[in-house]
Amino acid sequence: MFDKLDQIFVTALHWLVSFVPEAWRSLASSLICIAFILSVFPAVFSVTTIFERKGIGRIQNRYGPNRVGIPFTKIRLAGFGQFIPDGVKMLTKEDIVPRAADKIVHFLAPVVMLIPVLLAYAVLPFGRNMTVTDYDAGLLFFFAVGGAVELSVFMAGWSSRNKYSLLGAMRAIAQMVSYEIPLILSAVTVVMVVGSLNLNAIIAHQNQYTFGIAHWFVFTPWGLVGFILFFIASLAESNRTPFDLPEAESEIIAGYFTEYSGFKFALFFLGEYLGMFAIIGLGITLFLGGWTSPVSFLTWIPSYVWFFTKLMAIVFVFIWIRATLPRLRMDQLMNFAWKFMLPLALINILVAGLWHYMAADWQRWLVCSTIIFGAYVILGRGLMHNQKLGKRIYRYAE
Amino acid sequence: MTALQGCLLISALLFAIGFAGAVTRRHAILVLIGIELMLNAANLNFIAFWRFGPHPEALTGFMFVLFSMALAGAEAAVGLALVIAIYRHKKTSNLDEVKELKG
Amino acid sequence: MSIFFILTAIVTLFAAASAMSLRNLVHCALALAVSFTGIAALYLQLDAQFVGFAEILVYVGAIAILIVFAILLTRSGEAPENSVLTSGWMAGIAISAMVFTLLGWAVLNSSAIPKENPPAPVATVKNVGDALMTKFVLPLEIIGLVLTAAMIGAVIIALKESSKSETAGRES
Repeated sequence: MFDKLDQIFVTALHWLVSFVPEAWRSLASSLICIAFILSVFPAVFSVTTIFERKGIGRIQNRYGPNRVGIPFTKIRLAGFGQFIPDGVKMLTKEDIVPRAADKIVHFLAPVVMLIPVLLAYAVLPFGRNMTVTDYDAGLLFFFAVGGAVELSVFMAGWSSRNKYSLLGAMRAIAQMVSYEIPLILSAVTVVMVVGSLNLNAIIAHQNQYTFGIAHWFVFTPWGLVGFILFFIASLAESNRTPFDLPEAESEIIAGYFTEYSGFKFALFFLGEYLGMFAIIGLGITLFLGGWTSPVSFLTWIPSYVWFFTKLMAIVFVFIWIRATLPRLRMDQLMNFAWKFMLPLALINILVAGLWHYMAADWQRWLVCSTIIFGAYVILGRGLMHNQKLGKRIYRYAE
Repeated sequence: MTALQGCLLISALLFAIGFAGAVTRRHAILVLIGIELMLNAANLNFIAFWRFGPHPEALTGFMFVLFSMALAGAEAAVGLALVIAIYRHKKTSNLDEVKELKG
Repeated sequence: MSIFFILTAIVTLFAAASAMSLRNLVHCALALAVSFTGIAALYLQLDAQFVGFAEILVYVGAIAILIVFAILLTRSGEAPENSVLTSGWMAGIAISAMVFTLLGWAVLNSSAIPKENPPAPVATVKNVGDALMTKFVLPLEIIGLVLTAAMIGAVIIALKESSKSETAGRES
């Protein structure tokens, strides 16, 4: 019975496809999968926006949206209907294009942003047997299409003919290029241990249980460090606080999409959130066991429920960080990526190799943890070198 | 015309386009773009010969392309660094004005 | 050859031609990115999945971005007023046309080209990795060395000259 529930979407897909003539089945199957992605993830996006506004409101001790419920009724739902008027407002606003703008590039930028982000979902496993295309080199595909997002950011920033847009775009590209390296290097450890770039093979490797606890990579020393590095790099890749320099409102208005309004702005907004979900989904797949359950007695819960629970949990951490931490400075951002994360990621690769070849007993844990902890301490001290941190002094205007 | 001949013709045309751009355009970055296109034409040839050639399991053409991609990355990095250095020195990136190899 | 292959090839060649002929350099770089994507699609249709993805990762994700950065750093984002062609551009076009004619003639008349298409070869990631670590391990190491050298060289070339002259001044 639970197996049926687990596979309900797969069965539904097969059932729907069986109505189509033989020759068109593969096409129909992919179209249905595309429709699934195009409907589910924007829905998750709209729910996330309202969670984000309410969550940040709660953390900052204010109300947040609490009025709008279901339209044309008296039901209020504590403000959870806010995304409907938000969306209507976004889509009906006037679309303003600056006179000096490069019209074609300005028009294409949001489209170019959204296409690679949506393509990235093609290889993510949402549940058991729920991968749209099971590429042999799925991880490589994910990173390859992720690289195209930078180009769209540049297109948006350059074509607007606005200094703030261009500054934001240059900041965004510099940040994305720098943080892509620790992102990929932290994923390499998983590839080394599993021996495959296929995301389903990576999940299958983690879908085993000892004493009722899953073999998730985050429960190993290198996996924990890899996950934390991946997490920080994915914060930077999705331009979230504390890495939101590309759109720092207090400095450069809104960064590369300053000159966008209406529907195109909505596309950028959607693209940014969908990119965030995709990269979180990849992090879940690599380190948190994808759709598997953490303990063996909970395996009856359907796999997609696990996936989306983990996704929303990490989205919550993202929101929490956004409400808590201040923005970094540009030199701090670069120093952190190149002087701390990159060496730590390289050492982590070494540790993953050791872990793979040492005998599975307590010595392995001791050696790997010691190396990583030592590297962390040394690199952290190097980063804090020459940083005079004293008591904070306040200067008041006189 | 077989599929292999089609691929080779495409890559020949790509090479000719890249070559024409590299020798006719004035801007240094465009010359580099032309060189990248020529390299890509060569890569396409390697992949076509690997795909339609007699011993694909040896992966020779395949590997050649991977290595040449890495080399293209190195070439682009050094070439663009040179362009930036020349620009900083002479305030131009027009190749007609950069004729002598001295500061 | 399927219709889709021919369409991809046409898009690729058109994008390459516009990358070499547009006046605005940023447009050239964007057309170049389209052309690289088209070449990656050609690789995918030639059953070289790994190379196709690597092409997008390296060329669109890195080299196109690098070119765009260089364009902005040399302040050549605007279309120039005067001619964009070198003085001897007609000779260049003629030579490249000749190169294409010669290559095309050779390709169409060669007897070395096999007449029938072999079945699609398999190049899984595992095969590629095995080959890289056994048969091609020496080239792999050399490529690593070359990349490191290129990176250091690029950093040194692009370093600020003021700091160099400062140290030189201090020495003298």
